[in-house]
Amino acid sequence: MSEKPLISARGLSVGFKIGSGMFSKSILKAVDNVSLDIEKGSFFGLVGESGSGKTTLGRAFLKAVPITGGHAAYNDDEVSYDLGTLTGPALKDYRKRAQLIFQDPYAALSPRMTVRDIIAEPLEVMGLTKSREETDARVREIAAKCRLNLEHLRRFPHAFSGGQRQRISIARALVSRPNFIVADESVAALDVSIQADVLNLLKDIQREMGLTFLFISHDLSVVAHTCDHLAVMYLGRLVETAPTRTLFKAPRHPYTKALFSAIPSLDPDDRRGGQKLTGEIPSPTNQPPGCKFHTRCPNVIDRCRVEEPTLENPGDGHSVSCHRWRELLAVPAG
Amino acid sequence: MTVLIDVQNLTLKFRTDEGLITAVDDVSFTIDKGEVMGLVGESGSGKSVTAKALMHLNAKNAVYAPESKILLHTDAGVVDVLKLRTAKELKVARGGAISMIFQEPMASFAPAITIGSQMVEQLLIHGDMTKARAKEISIEMLDRVGISDPSKRFDQYAFELSGGMRQRAMIAMALSTKPSLLIADEPTTALDVTIQAQVIDLMKDLVAEFHMGILFITHDLGVIAQTADKVSVMYLGKVIETGPVRDVIRHAKHPYTQGLLAALPKLDDLDAPLTPVAGDIPSPLERPPGCVFHTRCPQIIGDVCKAKLPQRVQLDANHSVACHLYSEGGKA
Ligand SMILES: Nc1ncnc2c1ncn2[C@@H]1O[C@H](COP(=O)(O)OP(=O)(O)O)[C@@H](O)[C@H]1O
Ligand SMILES: Nc1ncnc2c1ncn2[C@@H]1O[C@H](COP(=O)(O)OP(=O)(O)O)[C@@H](O)[C@H]1O
Ligand code: SF4
Ligand code: SF4
Ligand SMILES: [Mg+2]
Ligand SMILES: [Mg+2]
Repeated sequence: MSEKPLISARGLSVGFKIGSGMFSKSILKAVDNVSLDIEKGSFFGLVGESGSGKTTLGRAFLKAVPITGGHAAYNDDEVSYDLGTLTGPALKDYRKRAQLIFQDPYAALSPRMTVRDIIAEPLEVMGLTKSREETDARVREIAAKCRLNLEHLRRFPHAFSGGQRQRISIARALVSRPNFIVADESVAALDVSIQADVLNLLKDIQREMGLTFLFISHDLSVVAHTCDHLAVMYLGRLVETAPTRTLFKAPRHPYTKALFSAIPSLDPDDRRGGQKLTGEIPSPTNQPPGCKFHTRCPNVIDRCRVEEPTLENPGDGHSVSCHRWRELLAVPAG
Repeated sequence: MTVLIDVQNLTLKFRTDEGLITAVDDVSFTIDKGEVMGLVGESGSGKSVTAKALMHLNAKNAVYAPESKILLHTDAGVVDVLKLRTAKELKVARGGAISMIFQEPMASFAPAITIGSQMVEQLLIHGDMTKARAKEISIEMLDRVGISDPSKRFDQYAFELSGGMRQRAMIAMALSTKPSLLIADEPTTALDVTIQAQVIDLMKDLVAEFHMGILFITHDLGVIAQTADKVSVMYLGKVIETGPVRDVIRHAKHPYTQGLLAALPKLDDLDAPLTPVAGDIPSPLERPPGCVFHTRCPQIIGDVCKAKLPQRVQLDANHSVACHLYSEGGKA
C-alpha cells in the first residue's frame, strides 16, 4: 500500500526562454509549481484548455524539456531516478522505461520506412537487441498485441487508416517494454468508432502489461471513460486533482465546473444555458496576478485578484487550489 | 415553413488517376428558413464535398450526375446552383445567399490583408453601398459576434487574433452579407470545449436574430444534439438516416447510426463499454455493392444486403432510413 508512486512531482516548473537578444530574454512559465503523484498501474488523465501546459508537463516527465524548478522522481521496482539531474547511462536507461505515444507516427517519421522498421527503430537506437532475429521477434510480439499482423509489418504507413497508424504508434512506444507511457492527444484526430477501438486497446495493454499511463486529452468524455485519476491544469498550474469519479461527481474548482458544463450533452433537451465560461485562457507571458483563473472565474472576489491560492489537500485525496472551494460546496455546480 | 434550399438526387464523382471516385451518391434533403440541419459521419463520408456542392465550389475534377439538382430559393426566384456558370451568376451561391465557415478560420482570411479590408471587399461585391457604409457594417458585425474593441480589430490581421476570436471574425465576415443559408463545416472541431460552447451559443443567437438556415457539419453527435433541429447521417457518400434530432439520437434506426452512438463515451454512464463499429471504412475506390455499410454491419440480413441497394424508407412523417431491416421483407 505504501508503495512509492511511479512518478512524483514536487513544485515542478518548466520555463522556456523566449524573445531574442542576449539580455532581453524573458521566461515563459509553461508549467509552474506542479505537485502530483502518479501511482503505479494508474491511468492518470491530464486535462485543461490548450495552452494550459499539459504537453510540457508530459515532456518534462519524459525528460524531453528541461526541468527549471522543483523536483520530479521516477520509481519502479528496479530503479529510482531524480529526473532533474538524470544524465549519462542512467538517462539512457530511463529512455527505455518511459515512452511517448506520438499522435501520428506518419507525420513524425520517414514515409520510406516500413511499419516493421518504424516499430523496430527504438530497439535499434537503444541497442536493446543483439540480433536481427531478436529484433524481429520483439517487433512481432508487440505488433500482435496491437492487433497488427505480419502483412501489415511489410507495408508503408501511408497505406494505413488513422486507427491503424495509431496502433503502429502504440506498438513503437511499447516495443522497449517501458513502464511509463505518456499518451498525448492519442485519440484526438480519430473518428469516434476508431477512437473507441484505440481506447479499448490502450486499456487492454495497460492491464496486460501492468503499465502506468499519463493520458493527456482535451476531451473530457474520453478521459472520464479511460482514466482512474484526473488532474486539471490551467495556465501552467494544477488546479484540482482527484479520482475520476469523485471529480466528475463533485468538482471543487470553478474552472473544473466550467469545463464540465461546457461538454455538449447528447440529450437534445439538455441544452443548458448554465454557467458558460467567458473569455479565453490568458497568455503565459502575460499572467494575471493572484489566482490565475480570476479573469474568467464566476466566483471571483477581491482576495482572488491579489492572493494566489495554493493546492490544498483536505485529506480525502481530492486536492484543489481555490480560496473559496469550501464555501462554494454549498452552491450547486454551474 | 419556407424551403430555402432543396437538394435533389445529388450524385458527385471525382476523376482521379485511380479511376472515378463516388463521393456523394443520390443525396436529397431540404433546409427551411430558420432551420438548423446537422450532417454527421466519419471522415471521408462526403460531408464537406456535399457542402461545397451547394456553392458549386468543388474541385475541377468533380463530375455531377445530370439528374443532380440544387434548388436555391431566393427573393428573385428559384435558381439551380449547379446550372450557374459565370462568376457573376455564381455570386448568389458564394457569399450572396449562401456563406460558409470552416474548421480553420485562416482558410477564410488572406494572410496579407487586414480583416477589415476583407470584410469591406465582401460587402462591396455583394451589395450596393459606399465603402464607408461597408466599414460601418463590418465593425457592427464584429461587435455583434462578441469581439472586443471592434474598430481596432478591423485593422488587424487574422494571425494577430487568438483562436476563439478568429473563429468569431470568420463568422462575422460570413454573416455580414446577410446570407439566407450558412454552411458551417466543423466550425468547432479544433476548439476547446469552453470556446466551442461560446461559438455554439453565438450561432444559436444569430439564427434567432437573422432567421437564416444552417447546414452544420460535424462528426460530434453531442454538438449536433446541442444545435440541430434535424440531422442526416452519412456513410460512404450515402445519407443512411434522416430525422428530427431527438428521434435520431434517442431512437436511432440504422445500424450505423446505432454503432456511432455505441462508440461514444457517455458521461452519465462511465461503466458502459465503448463499442467500436467493427472494421475499417472501405476505400472510396472499393465501394461495396448493395448496402454500402454491409461490410461492417452487425445486423446484416444476408444476401439481400450484399446485392440490393436499400431504398429510403419513411418511418414516420420526418424520420427515414435506408436499410433492408425496415423495407419490405426485412424483419422489422
Ligand atoms: N518550446 C517552447 N518554447 C516556448 N514556449 C513553449 C514551448 N512549448 C510550449 N510553449 C508554451 O507553453 C505553454 C503551454 O504549452 P503546452 O504545454 O503545449 O500546452 P497544452 O499541451 O496544454 O496545450 C503555451 O503557451 C505554449 O505556447
Ligand atoms: N478533389 C477531389 N478529388 C478526388 N477525391 C476527392 C476530392 N475531394 C474530395 N474527395 C474525396 O471525396 C470523399 C469525401 O470527402 P469529404 O467530403 O471531404 O469527406 P468528409 O468531409 O465527410 O470528411 C473522400 O473520399 C475524399 O477523398
Ligand atoms: S481563487 Fe477566486 S478566482 Fe480563483 S478559482 Fe477560486 S474563487 Fe475563482
Ligand atoms: S441494409 Fe443490411 S447491411 Fe445495410 S445497414 Fe441494413 S441490415 Fe445492415
Ligand atoms: Mg498539448
Ligand atoms: Mg470534411
